[in-house]
Amino acid sequence: MVNNTYYPSARSVVSVVLLLGFLLVPFVAGMTGEGYYITFTTRVMIMALAASGLNIALGYGGMISLGHALYLGIGAYAAGICAFHGIHNGWAQLAIGLAAGGAVACVIGPICLRTSGMAFIMITLAFAQMLYFLIVTLDDYGGDDGLSLTARSTLPGLDVNNSTVFYYIAFAALMLTLFFTARMMNARFGRLIQGCKSNHRRMVTLGFATLRYRLAAYVLSALVCVVAGFLLANLVRFASPSYLTWMVSGELMVMVILGGMGTVMGPVVGAVVILLIEEIFSNVSLGLPGNLDSLVNNHWTAILGVFIVIATMSVKRGIYGSLPAGGRKP
Amino acid sequence: MSLSLVILQLMNGLQFGVLLFLLSAGLTLVLGIMNFVNLMHGSLFMLGAYFSAAVLGATGSFAQAIAAGVLGTLAVGLILERLVFRKLYARDHMYQVLATIGLILFFNEAVRVIWGSGSISTAVPEFLRGAVAIFGLPYPVYRFAIIVAGLLVGLGLYLLIHRTRVGILIRAGASNAAMIAALGINIRLLNTAVIGLGAALAGLAGLMAAPISSVQSGMGEPILIMTLVVIVTGGIGSVRGAFYGALIVGLVDTTGRVFLPVLLRSFMEPLKAQTLGAAVASVLIYLVMAAVLALKPQGLFPVRHG
Repeated sequence: MVNNTYYPSARSVVSVVLLLGFLLVPFVAGMTGEGYYITFTTRVMIMALAASGLNIALGYGGMISLGHALYLGIGAYAAGICAFHGIHNGWAQLAIGLAAGGAVACVIGPICLRTSGMAFIMITLAFAQMLYFLIVTLDDYGGDDGLSLTARSTLPGLDVNNSTVFYYIAFAALMLTLFFTARMMNARFGRLIQGCKSNHRRMVTLGFATLRYRLAAYVLSALVCVVAGFLLANLVRFASPSYLTWMVSGELMVMVILGGMGTVMGPVVGAVVILLIEEIFSNVSLGLPGNLDSLVNNHWTAILGVFIVIATMSVKRGIYGSLPAGGRKP
Repeated sequence: MSLSLVILQLMNGLQFGVLLFLLSAGLTLVLGIMNFVNLMHGSLFMLGAYFSAAVLGATGSFAQAIAAGVLGTLAVGLILERLVFRKLYARDHMYQVLATIGLILFFNEAVRVIWGSGSISTAVPEFLRGAVAIFGLPYPVYRFAIIVAGLLVGLGLYLLIHRTRVGILIRAGASNAAMIAALGINIRLLNTAVIGLGAALAGLAGLMAAPISSVQSGMGEPILIMTLVVIVTGGIGSVRGAFYGALIVGLVDTTGRVFLPVLLRSFMEPLKAQTLGAAVASVLIYLVMAAVLALKPQGLFPVRHG
């Protein structure tokens, strides 16, 4: 017998609270006059977007890429370099970034996918490093110092310089990505790449040309990161080579896995948790005795490091992933 | 371009290659035998440099500095194996990546807390100063000593792995760990030993690099990436592959940085040649790696499994 009474699961409660929270932050911040939190939450949503992108390859496709900072960087520098050459239209910049990111992913994707396991991790890392060193040596575009955007990209009809408007642009990008990820992963394509993750040999035996599906997932995940990079550069009006460092790739991976990979909301939860830890320990006065407060504020990355180690060892399916999922009870 | 410059740069490439070999020999065993992705190998390199620099500063004794660098990293490696790594051997690679990234963050910040965020400079010991003549050219004694020491360690490793019982176990472990465990070998002890060996070698590389590079937080990461390139190029799990891979990467990287701008200058304007040459040189080793992997996904010297 089917019990049709609907119990909201822990996962759906967390998702709804989180997304409603995102929706309402500008109102609350506007009322309390804390404009800083709009910028901070915009950054959280952009990193959540990038982590959601990585999740398509890593969480659903099982491709452990330690090089997605590459695509974040391409998006950021697409905005930066276009603005440098006088192209300020955001759609044009985004199109150029997506084309560049897609082209790069289509070239290096097949090379990376020739390898598997540990070699895949390292080759994706190496390609990201390659672009990092290229960018650092390009003195025309700021080299080591990064490239300032004189103004945010213009989007016809939208006042992007208003931080609330920009907030909702990032919000919309995140919502669209989450929606399409959820739809896609229940469609044939999504089922296929999840099948490749759990048993690749079986999928090949069943007669699927797996390479093209995995490549498509890799490219899609790269493109989402390009969009995130584009937004990130616009948020801070700066394209920095530091977006391309491998620690950024690592941080994205931490967000996806600690949040709960292979779930739609996991990367969002991961991004929120990691960035909140960063914010709390680096900026907030915790009221500890002596000069412990400044010690913690100055050296918060050590605390983040210990947190990551302990969380990795103890939480097997990620924070969101270990919450009970919904569905009808038997 | 004179012949002497070429020889000097080849020597520098060799010296860098030898340092890379010390790091990659240990790491390739950890990756190959235990199937454990240890990204904090670079942090052990950094700790080796810090430990020896601190002891050298305090006592002035080079011998004690060496002992501190090697034994200190050995101890850190063994403690981490016990507390963290051991719990992750059976888990997926991505959890190993995650935990070791956490450790990198921790150690980079820990050395900042202990030794400050500035870089520490250490002096080359008295008896290793000056220059030695190589093909009639003066070459710094210290760099030459690194090459000699590295090659000696390489020889020692070769003998250990190919001529001793422990070496047989290590090689057997690299090709089929489950089988040698079934044959009654204490694989956990072997794992601990391999981690310890890798950590000590990384510490040795770190203390040798300390006087010719700036000892600072985060110094381990660039060299870790290079080490990974070496290992993937050479073939994961193969010490022989690590040796040739390290020499290739060391020579290509060092000579590329010097000679590519010079080469390009002969057919384009100097300023452009400088920029383009530097850009291409910095990605040269990655191109080499990508080319090797595109042709031989298992690396140059694949370890045969099963």
